[in-house]
Amino acid sequence: MLEHYLSLLFQSIFVENMALAFFLGMCSFLAVSRRVETAVGLGAAVVFVLGVTAPMNYLIMTHVLREGALAWISPSLAAVDLTFLSFLTFIGTIAAMVQIVEMVIDRFSPALYGVLGVFLPLIAVNCAILGGSLFLVERNYTLAESAVFGVGSGAGFALAIVALAAIREKMRYSRVPAGLQGLGITFIVTGLMAIGFMIFSGIQL
Amino acid sequence: MKLLRTLLDRAEAHFQEGKPLHRIHALHEAVDAFAFTPGKVTTGATHVRDAMDLKRLMMTVVFALTPAVLMAMYNTGLQANLAIERLVAAGASPSAAALDGWRTALYLALGLGFDSGNVLAAFVHGALYYLPVLIVTFAAGGAWEVIFASARRHEVNEGFIVTAMLFPLILPPTIPLWQVALGITFGVVVAKEVFGGVGMNIFNPALAGRAFLFFAYPGEISGEQVWIAARGLSPDGVSGATPLAVAVDEGLRAVAERGFGWLDSFLGFVPGSMGETSALACLIGAAILVVTRVGSYRTMAGVFLGTALTAALFNGVGSASNPAFAMPFWWHMVLGGWAFGAVFMATDPVSAAFTRRGQWIYGFLIGALVVAIRVVNPAYPEGMMLAILFANIFAPLIDWCQVRAYIKRRSKRDAEEPALHRGVRYRRLRGVLGAGVAVGGDAAGEAGDEPQA
Repeated sequence: MLEHYLSLLFQSIFVENMALAFFLGMCSFLAVSRRVETAVGLGAAVVFVLGVTAPMNYLIMTHVLREGALAWISPSLAAVDLTFLSFLTFIGTIAAMVQIVEMVIDRFSPALYGVLGVFLPLIAVNCAILGGSLFLVERNYTLAESAVFGVGSGAGFALAIVALAAIREKMRYSRVPAGLQGLGITFIVTGLMAIGFMIFSGIQL
Repeated sequence: MKLLRTLLDRAEAHFQEGKPLHRIHALHEAVDAFAFTPGKVTTGATHVRDAMDLKRLMMTVVFALTPAVLMAMYNTGLQANLAIERLVAAGASPSAAALDGWRTALYLALGLGFDSGNVLAAFVHGALYYLPVLIVTFAAGGAWEVIFASARRHEVNEGFIVTAMLFPLILPPTIPLWQVALGITFGVVVAKEVFGGVGMNIFNPALAGRAFLFFAYPGEISGEQVWIAARGLSPDGVSGATPLAVAVDEGLRAVAERGFGWLDSFLGFVPGSMGETSALACLIGAAILVVTRVGSYRTMAGVFLGTALTAALFNGVGSASNPAFAMPFWWHMVLGGWAFGAVFMATDPVSAAFTRRGQWIYGFLIGALVVAIRVVNPAYPEGMMLAILFANIFAPLIDWCQVRAYIKRRSKRDAEEPALHRGVRYRRLRGVLGAGVAVGGDAAGEAGDEPQA
């Protein structure tokens, strides 16, 4: 059983890397990767938010939204299917979670709060976070699997963004053509990183 | 030599400022600097004087590559002649067994025959496959270099020569030449020039070019048909599979059944990418690189350790269904591109980690990853090139952590140590570095006197 969770963790970090295999969460991936410290902060926030929202949205999905899920309230509700509300509910859960994380960071690490600035609320609309919740529904994960998957894909995103930040710091010594400076070269680096991460594609665990 | 000098001097007139060819003067400069010592020499007192410059550094790598290049030509021809010889023995006609194309036509016109015992024939046959790939690489990649150098108004850098020497050696002999041009174009432009050129790139250009070809045209760079320049290969008759693919899929016993021993693989007389088959040639190259300190022995040793430990781990775990688990590390090291990658690709000073401890970690990561991919990932039998590309991603991060750790160690030590001792150490350090070097507190005082930098 432990093996199963370990392989799920490995898969979500490396094989199905949110940023470099699915290209999800690109906005913050490209915007908050100028400095390693900031990237570490954002990565940690993403790990935490994904790790919490994934099992939470799993619970909401199985006990509220899915067809027949409301049967525990009264048998007459067994025919109700609220799946069409899933996008809305997921986003709502994520936004609430981000709010809480923001308050916690503000309380315990004002320095990190200052560094993350506007990007922390932006996690609410980070597609990697919503994507995590949607993937777990699509793949019929259990509660424990959702939690592992959430933490794993968050860690994968964090790994990718920290590596990108280190590359961009090193690129201070590069002479990028004027037209490609900033986002342009970052897209190219992201593409080359994705080629590197393809080393894991095809691994079946 | 004198004729060349006169020729170049005469041509130089056309490339000078204001003359019609000035825009591409980098081309002239490149030929001149390649053949002779660069005319411009640094003057002034602040520079370290050393015989080692970028040109010599890069040329050392080229020298270290010579055994691999010779093996590339000989073995490519040998494998082709061996396969054709066996196919003919099985009843095929030589023209049906040799590849269709101008190379075979030219080879037949030379009248050397497909005799595997004939060393000259093998060399010529192999050169007919290796040299066109090399020439196309230099022409296509060099064209991009000149274009970028002209646009940037600087000289073509010697670093390209190494990239262009490495690239053909990691390709299969049957690779179509237009793909060679495409691959080196991707490597030079996307992986190097958009970052500013030699020394400023993040990823190894030769590897990026190969990875691009591998994912864009898998049919011409993987499988069983591309590693030997002969037709009609089949698993039942004369197999074209590389020993690495056989070992990973079917185990070492199957490798032995196909007639490949460990020594064959070590010496390089097996099918594979042109320059990668011989671990011995790479070992000679490694010796040259380590002795001249051009390549980092830390990276190479890191790859070795990573491979040995990870392979031992897989050996210990074992698997009933996957024979690759049981492959010992000394086989990993002679199969596929392991030796070539560890010696020439992982040690690329630009894309590898540059801190000392970082190089150990970087190498270890490559070694561990390549074994893991060979054993666990069924999609690729070979993992060396992609493992290095993957480690390129994390090299800056490894360095970042190492630099951070070093600063932390230093400031902790300085905080603990009494100022008196520190002064002694600085004075000693100043003695080592020479009296003119300002150290510690002196630097602040002298900063004001310095001319504006």
